[in-house]
Amino acid sequence: MSRPELQAPPEIYYGDTEAKKYTKNTRNQQIQADMTFRSLELLNLTPDEPAFLLDIGCGSGLSGEILDEEGYIWAGVDIAPSMLEVALEREVEGDLFLQDIGQGFGFRPGSFDGAISISVLQWLLNAETSHPTSSPPHRLNRFFTTLHSVLRNPSRAVFQFYPSSDDQIQLITSIAQKAGFGGGVVIDYPNSNKARKVFLCLYVGGGGGQQQEVPQGLVGDVVEDGKVRFEKRRARDLRKDKNGKRKSQKVVDRDWILRKKELYRKRGKKSVPMDSKFTGRKRKPAF
Amino acid sequence: MVRLITHNLLACHVKGCTSNNFPLQFQDVQIELREADYNADFLKAFLPKLEWKALVDSARKLGDTSLPLEQPEMLDNDFLKNLHHVLLEVLSNRRYHLQLLDESPPRYMSRKGV
Repeated sequence: MSRPELQAPPEIYYGDTEAKKYTKNTRNQQIQADMTFRSLELLNLTPDEPAFLLDIGCGSGLSGEILDEEGYIWAGVDIAPSMLEVALEREVEGDLFLQDIGQGFGFRPGSFDGAISISVLQWLLNAETSHPTSSPPHRLNRFFTTLHSVLRNPSRAVFQFYPSSDDQIQLITSIAQKAGFGGGVVIDYPNSNKARKVFLCLYVGGGGGQQQEVPQGLVGDVVEDGKVRFEKRRARDLRKDKNGKRKSQKVVDRDWILRKKELYRKRGKKSVPMDSKFTGRKRKPAF
Repeated sequence: MVRLITHNLLACHVKGCTSNNFPLQFQDVQIELREADYNADFLKAFLPKLEWKALVDSARKLGDTSLPLEQPEMLDNDFLKNLHHVLLEVLSNRRYHLQLLDESPPRYMSRKGV
């Protein structure tokens, strides 16, 4: 299946049913929680100092809940009304705004101590109409310039997103740089297909903290959560023999045949042959 | 729902709307109260960001007169408690249109605070 951002604009894709489905899915919840924690780590806020954060594309508040738990005070914006409806039902603490981030923010300059955004930026990369103001570069530009002004100096913004090509990363970083941000892209688990996550780590001013350089992405093995990740593909490959042909699945031994025949009889199938001492025996070679 | 802390940070960002764009005016609001955890450190750190006059005005419009008109120099506990209540526990109702001036373009009016 293609990525959701290729199917429909976000406010339509995350309609009532999809919003509920997305929020209830425990796998989504887990992934969102993991990525929120990682983003907070990358934000590098001073510990024990309560901060006022902006959650861009807060959706149903899966990431906001984590922010609540961590004791941050936050406000969120999202474009999908159904998702926000779910967030209201879940009674998250933050203030929610229905707003298109491609049109920029309406906050006063220097309002926020940091911004996170989980799995959002890729939605800005599709043009909905051919009007010049809905072209991705234009919207990204408006987004980043207004974001830069609403963030405190120094502070950071961390975006987790799913780019479909290196060109997209290039486009996003160049526009962010033009808007005045420093920083760059952090890739976690770059060699893994499944665990690979792309974070855009942007700094306003010094970025809060002494070092200016972009933090290292996580490398090495993915931490398993005690479960073996089951891959259908691998199970299928195991059944193939050396020549790449699929092995016949039939294991024809006497027990198997007797079991099958018993089963057919139980189901009332007619013309099941009798069991005898010849059942399941190989024929003699012809010569 | 919008807490006053967020309301105090909102300004109209439509192009050309540069004067008289803050604070946003309330329209048909209902008020709701919701408990929130008290955090004195956060309030102290947040004070410099607030527009005090706008905050007091908005709070009075919503019927809360616990804050003094002038921002006090001394931060005593009572004051912080009141501030906490006004900033984080007073919610205007779920859904209203944030509208500024009559001449502000329609795009802004379609943006609602949920």
